[in-house]
Amino acid sequence: MTTLGTLTETRDALAAKAVSSVEVVGDCMKRIDAARHLNAFVTVCEQEALASAARADGAIARDGMRGLLGVPIAHKDIFCTDGVRTTCASRMLENFVSPYDATVVARLRAAGAVMVGKTNMDEFAMGSTNETSHFGPVANPWDVGRVPGGSSGGSAAALAAGLVPAATGTDTGGSIRQPAAFCGISGLKPTYGRVSRFGMVAFASSLDQGGPMARTAADLRLLLQHMEGHDPRDSTSADAGPTPHAPQQPALNVGIPREYWADLGDDVAGPLEEAVVSLRRLGHRCHDVSLPHTAFAVPVYYVVASAEASTNLSRYDGVRYGHRAAEPADLDDLYRRSRSEGFGVEVKRRILTGTYTLSVGYYDAYYGQAQRVRRLIRQDFLDAFGQVDVLLTPATPTPAPALGALTGGADPTVMYKQDVYTVPASLAGLPALSIPCGFADGLPVGLQLIGPYFAEDRLLALGEAYQRETDWHLRTPTAAEAL
Amino acid sequence: MALPGNVVEKLLRLSALSLEPHERSLLKGDLDKIVGLIDAMQSVDTHGVLPLAHPLDGTQPLRTDAVTESVDRDRLQRNAPLARDGLYLVPRVVE
Amino acid sequence: MARWESVIGLEVHVQLNTASKIFSGAGTAFGEPPNTQACSIDLALPGVLPVLNAEVVRQAVLFGLAVQGKIAERCRFDRKNYFYPDLPKGYQISQLDEPIVRGGHVMIDTDDGARRIDLTRAHLEEDAGKSLHEDYAGLTGIDLNRAGTPLLEVVSEPQLTSPGEAAAYFRALHALVRYLGICDGDLSQGSMRCDANASVRRPGAPLGERTEIKNLNSFRFLEKALVFEIDRQIDVLESGGTVERETLLYDAERDETRPMRGKELSDDYRYFPDPDLLPVVVTRELLAEVRAGLPELADAKRERYQRTLGLDDHDARWLVADPDRAAYFEAAVDAGGQPKAAANWLMGDVAAALNRDGHPPSMIPVPAGQLAKLIERTLDETVSGKIAKSLFEMLWSSGEGDVDDLIAAHGLKQVSDDDALTKVVTDIVAANPAQAAQYRGGQAKLLGFFVGQVMKATSGKANPRKVNELLREHLGSP
Repeated sequence: MTTLGTLTETRDALAAKAVSSVEVVGDCMKRIDAARHLNAFVTVCEQEALASAARADGAIARDGMRGLLGVPIAHKDIFCTDGVRTTCASRMLENFVSPYDATVVARLRAAGAVMVGKTNMDEFAMGSTNETSHFGPVANPWDVGRVPGGSSGGSAAALAAGLVPAATGTDTGGSIRQPAAFCGISGLKPTYGRVSRFGMVAFASSLDQGGPMARTAADLRLLLQHMEGHDPRDSTSADAGPTPHAPQQPALNVGIPREYWADLGDDVAGPLEEAVVSLRRLGHRCHDVSLPHTAFAVPVYYVVASAEASTNLSRYDGVRYGHRAAEPADLDDLYRRSRSEGFGVEVKRRILTGTYTLSVGYYDAYYGQAQRVRRLIRQDFLDAFGQVDVLLTPATPTPAPALGALTGGADPTVMYKQDVYTVPASLAGLPALSIPCGFADGLPVGLQLIGPYFAEDRLLALGEAYQRETDWHLRTPTAAEAL
Repeated sequence: MALPGNVVEKLLRLSALSLEPHERSLLKGDLDKIVGLIDAMQSVDTHGVLPLAHPLDGTQPLRTDAVTESVDRDRLQRNAPLARDGLYLVPRVVE
Repeated sequence: MARWESVIGLEVHVQLNTASKIFSGAGTAFGEPPNTQACSIDLALPGVLPVLNAEVVRQAVLFGLAVQGKIAERCRFDRKNYFYPDLPKGYQISQLDEPIVRGGHVMIDTDDGARRIDLTRAHLEEDAGKSLHEDYAGLTGIDLNRAGTPLLEVVSEPQLTSPGEAAAYFRALHALVRYLGICDGDLSQGSMRCDANASVRRPGAPLGERTEIKNLNSFRFLEKALVFEIDRQIDVLESGGTVERETLLYDAERDETRPMRGKELSDDYRYFPDPDLLPVVVTRELLAEVRAGLPELADAKRERYQRTLGLDDHDARWLVADPDRAAYFEAAVDAGGQPKAAANWLMGDVAAALNRDGHPPSMIPVPAGQLAKLIERTLDETVSGKIAKSLFEMLWSSGEGDVDDLIAAHGLKQVSDDDALTKVVTDIVAANPAQAAQYRGGQAKLLGFFVGQVMKATSGKANPRKVNELLREHLGSP
């Protein structure tokens, strides 16, 4: 087995017929099998994948390379896949087989990508550690005693361990960016509306956004190209046209929001400060800026996300699909037991929180107030982008914590507070890129670049330039080398 | 902030969830902490600020009135825990 | 003791006339096998999303313009959260704070003349599925075919003062939505369903506590349910009790209302803006386009029938009360039928025949053009009025045929020829000398006897006007 290349390298190797899709996919299968201890996958579809790979090889031989033909990809188990179960890492959907493909899945399938399996995640994407999965936690390939982050932890771990060259993720409050940072890979949360939500199991509708996860910024660009685009089946889908690829990026004004650096530990601050130096060396100017409502983003996020989640998850009632309690005494018993047995404790917390914030007498103080503060948070960004082109921030307050460190205690808000750097861009719907920028005690540290609406090209170009200057993204955990 | 105990009962009823007694006290404690966290935003002066429901100021697209979905009932009901004669079955409902 | 006043407001759910659902591309056909009109979006499968049907917006705007309401430039959809097996998402998409139409009014006919009933609002929402309570091994079956069917909920102000007025309002609304073509109006299929809020009070007193009667789907049941409920409330109050706010069902078999059991949906619906949908904007272009397509409505028709067709208020009002009846009338007039005669036919023989067959005006089997010809042949004295009636019966029962062909084939042409009739009259007078003498002696009413004899001799084809003329001539003065 050779080392798995990046997505771009894999695509180029297939185009050059240096390798066949069956070989690449077969390699992935062996790696996935060897890395079972990571628990990165909920479902592996070896036979379907090898059959698709064989068809892809035929197509490449016949018509040449196109798109992502024959390239292996893993989908977060939140994307509906026709004929392959979609669990959202919940007991509720343990046996649910979608009769349709999510738009993202259909587009990647149409581009020729070969789905090798469905990756593990926090249950219904609610969590920052991947420990809320019904199928058990995912281990971080850099240190299996640590969490990979969440909720797209399975995708991040699979990439870090070199199991697949590309994966999909979803990001509601940081679920692509934070695991990318913890696992030393690259992840992009596109502008809200850039990528269709149709077929992505809903967590918080006004925040959820699918996006690419890969080893490099260049790979993210390639993957995004086959995920994005207006979808008439999603009312909130934007009609922004394809992400452009400007040949040259000018020198940029990079804003450093001081609120994001105030409480940063030295282990993370060090690599971040070096990144600032690297960006200056690349010819960009860095300035201090202020986003004064940053401190309120986590509270606002937990109100908005929980409120939307509480009603998005009402459809799981044990009637048309999903877990159904045995021998219900009556209708109420059917609902209550099916849902209580089907959902894990974190999901229940969010449902109850959301139900509380929407209930009579509390609506205005919670949901109403949150939506108003949300506007102020967005305005902070709009004001900042009047002065600078992008914002540079840490992706997470710390490197990957140990398993159980955030979820084992008596206070669930300890985990929630980890999202402090990622939720503001989610609330504003802005695109944000997370890429590796160094290490702290052998664990990856990530930086985040936030751009104005639909400025993915600018973020990716800056990321690509940075990754030409640095090699953090090329480092692999020793465990991966052993696979 | 501590929520009144009966609020939790009401929330469980509204969200069709039930908990074991020990889970109940645990979740009650969790909710108190979560409410403590989210209450931090109460200090923001939002007088005259309009709620932001969506990050982008879009308007609703409209679909042409045409039948575009095909319904394969048997396939859709393969996921159904209990269905007969094309109907989903639930415990008896009295109106 | 002063009398009681009743205060009634109605919420009418109008099923809009669309090919597909409000938020999905599944069909809306009625009577299909269960769950064959419910796609993955209607079933609320994980990951599905709603997209609004343009036609639903157009029809709501059309309604708003017709009732002279205010069309919101921007409106919004909210989620109404409750658990029920016929509600797949666990919430209904509806409009709470920002309905598409506010205000407006509907005119109703009452015994004291026309009365204006103001509307509070009209908003869009999705219908739920159906629970089938037949026994499936002790379980209830759920059919989601109807889930997601577009509804316009029309809410009236509590301005109706009697069950009769409430029924008149429901009828007026029924006629209106059919004039607009936004609902098929088929009450038996639940195309219009009504919830009634009713309370009673002493004149001048503040509003009493109200009850809500759910799911009334016929004019008659609405009226009967309200009669029962208002009497019940008065009985409660007069015996010193208090009316409880509650939701009731009307049991038509027993003719009584009773509290709904089981379906206490929620005491807290946790409404909030649906984050899967964006604000709906009604553009000026759409408004102009819909306005241009606004059909002539009942009041305008009634006025036109009086002004240009010479009908009186009563006839015009009766004709326009049903869009199909009005359409038939206009088709008959357009085909050359004299308007007053056409109106008389519709009010007389046509109405009687429909009543006999139990059919609505949309099912008149006689083509309007044939009725017009029948009128023409009566007025030009080709056939007598009596013969015309039997011709009408022939046309009605066969559903085909041409008036002129039938007249020719059955030899029904009226005999107006003086010579032929003179001979018959002479013979008849000669054959009945006693009656002739009595007539001449002053018994004028015996003229009828002679007319009858002439008609009998001519198989009813004699022109009655001529017969009268000739008889008077031959019998001399009474």
